[in-house]
Amino acid sequence: MLELDGVMLSRLLTASTLIFHVIFATIGVGIPVMIAIAEFIGLKKNDPHYLLLARRWARGFTITVAVGVVTGTAIGLQLSLLWPSFMQVAGQVIALPLFMETFAFFFEAIFLGIYLYTWDRFKNRWLHWLLNIPIVIGASLSAFFITTVNAFMNTPQGFDIIDGETVNISPLAAMFNPATPTKVFHVITSSYMTSALILAAITAFIILAKKGTDYHKKALRLTMTAALIFSAGTALAGDLSAKFLAKEQPEKLAAAEWHFETESNADLIIFGTIDENNEISNEIRIPGMLSFLAGNSFDTEVIGLDEFPEEERPPLWVHYMFDMMVGIGMYSLFIAGLFVMFMFIKRFNEWNKLLLMGIVASGPLAMLAIEFGWIYAEVGRQPWILRGIMTVDEAATTSGSVGIAFGLFLALYAVLGFFCVKVLLRMFKNRPPEAELEKRFPGGSL
Amino acid sequence: MSLEIIGITVLWLFLYGYLIVASIDFGAGFFAYYARVSKKEHIMSKLISRYLSPVWEVTNVFFVFFFVGLVGFFPDTAYYYGTALLLPGSVAIILIAIRGSFYAFGNYGSKDSTLYLFLYGATGLLIPASLSTALTISEGGYLREDETGVTFLAGELFTSPYSWSVVFLAIVSVLYISASFLTYYADRAEDYDSRAIMRKFALFWGAPTIIASLMVFAGLRSHNGEHFERALDLWWMFGLSLVFFLIAGYLIFKKKNYGTAFLMVMLQFFFAFFGYGASHLPYILYPFITVEGSVVNETMGIALVTVFILGLCLLIPSLYLLMRLFLFDADYVKGKK
Repeated sequence: MLELDGVMLSRLLTASTLIFHVIFATIGVGIPVMIAIAEFIGLKKNDPHYLLLARRWARGFTITVAVGVVTGTAIGLQLSLLWPSFMQVAGQVIALPLFMETFAFFFEAIFLGIYLYTWDRFKNRWLHWLLNIPIVIGASLSAFFITTVNAFMNTPQGFDIIDGETVNISPLAAMFNPATPTKVFHVITSSYMTSALILAAITAFIILAKKGTDYHKKALRLTMTAALIFSAGTALAGDLSAKFLAKEQPEKLAAAEWHFETESNADLIIFGTIDENNEISNEIRIPGMLSFLAGNSFDTEVIGLDEFPEEERPPLWVHYMFDMMVGIGMYSLFIAGLFVMFMFIKRFNEWNKLLLMGIVASGPLAMLAIEFGWIYAEVGRQPWILRGIMTVDEAATTSGSVGIAFGLFLALYAVLGFFCVKVLLRMFKNRPPEAELEKRFPGGSL
Repeated sequence: MSLEIIGITVLWLFLYGYLIVASIDFGAGFFAYYARVSKKEHIMSKLISRYLSPVWEVTNVFFVFFFVGLVGFFPDTAYYYGTALLLPGSVAIILIAIRGSFYAFGNYGSKDSTLYLFLYGATGLLIPASLSTALTISEGGYLREDETGVTFLAGELFTSPYSWSVVFLAIVSVLYISASFLTYYADRAEDYDSRAIMRKFALFWGAPTIIASLMVFAGLRSHNGEHFERALDLWWMFGLSLVFFLIAGYLIFKKKNYGTAFLMVMLQFFFAFFGYGASHLPYILYPFITVEGSVVNETMGIALVTVFILGLCLLIPSLYLLMRLFLFDADYVKGKK
């Protein structure tokens, strides 16, 4: 079934790096926004709770940033090491955003360094808050630039290939390809959402463990309100992405939806099983819904997989990835909506145990949804590395040492993951916020 | 100036930047570990962590910037180096990953872990050694190209005296650059105990850098005679490098103007590094890739240069701010902020 040749090993190594890196990348894009919001409210309301919140989040963030930086370096180099032929061609057309990403990150890294070490250095605390701006911009711009490269792999444009030579190159057209807007929107909103939910989950966990105080209640209200806004944004971005796929990359949508024949009024298939004759059973079927999702009307014609030659179809198991991603997205929206509703309606108690347990689950689930989404995005593009132009088989390295490298990197990620969790737990264990609050803001004054 | 020359100069400048800041960082790791095992920790570690904490990520970006830029400006390098360097490259990435993470784990997490500090110190010497092999490979003779693709001749590399002389140079340079910077930093911090220790290191590692450089020259002569001839044509750059070395050594020996002394060290390496780089041209990877033959298409090249200039307008003031707050702010350096 799985043949472990050089191509497969290259794919597995790239996949393991990305699966590990994307955890830290997502946090890296989203947490700065949450820190900036908390510090802003703290300064605005003169409330030490929020300032301490920003400070403690930032402290944990340093650890995840470190792992994000080093794994980002790894994937940056692995692109050339594992996919040399791809980078040789792609370098001609899409080098620009890759280059700009390093600038954006450079910018972010400088200000993050300053931010972390200047909490008490400015007389005017707003000056310190201003440092958030370049960090948030740098982080989100990094996400933007890298996502344009991934978008380019899905809908390459901005060049022609004549007699094997890449000509008529337009770097901007390549960057702003059809997949860029929806992909960037989806990546950024989902990163913000996931980061908010992870912080919320940690807070809810502490409240459930009966160690919660006012500090934690404020934190949960803040993170869940943010999560509601960001998950609504993510849902909108997801919807736009489906419409984009239906139009520009129909085989990817069709594989995710197990949609074989081009038709209007197409049904939406949720979960289920499929046999070798593509017969679907055990599914939940919503009549006409796929057409509606693809074009806001039941009459929309949705292109089926039958229009693509067998060898150009993505594997059908991406259906589960897609459904789980969407399912978790819906759950996030639901749980955040519920909490915020309970917050505003006096009769309901937002500190309900069951609700808090639901929030604790939402953090890890959201991160899983990010993973499922990326697996869908990458596997759903198969067999292409550059859709319509180069397959992954053509792009992979011819080196015989991929297996060893794969083993080494797996060990690396295991070690980094283990120590990262260990250090984070140690950092906050036995260091309750109350004690720190009293130390930094004696008598509750700024 | 042609596009490829602008491109390679920019990249070389960044690599030079990385050489300096990373050497300080790598060497500091070694010295921090040395301080722990020789029980002088109370003196030096504070100094080192005060400098490193805010800037370590910036160091890493210099490197990322270099290789992303290299693939951008010269896409063919991705193909040759990518195929050839899979294993040495992976080892270097893993070392960098361990170093960066364990620095953060140790610094923000558990400060007393000797294991974290050991990993941090040891990788500081292993990374320059492994990265320097890329420069060695660029001299040719370690890659074979046939119908099946490019093969890396690891055996040749490990048995080549030239290769080992480069590794030796890389390690001693790291210790020398780092020691001369930390001498200066300790002086600014008015931390005279640390200054005395670092000054001894700076003086001790000075001579080996020159010996190692001569060994590299000798190795180059037999390994790649063409390059050696071109280097001789640029003798004055290497001569200047030596002059700056002597001035730096004199100042440090005489215990004065440590700031100027470090500047002289930077100039010493600037001239040696650019002399080496300029004589390396037109080859990026001998004999497969030349700058003219592998340069990216003009549209992309101009776009990259434009972005680079705009990026610098953003970065230089930011870097200035960073340095002002942490490097040149006397109160911060002394630990009062």
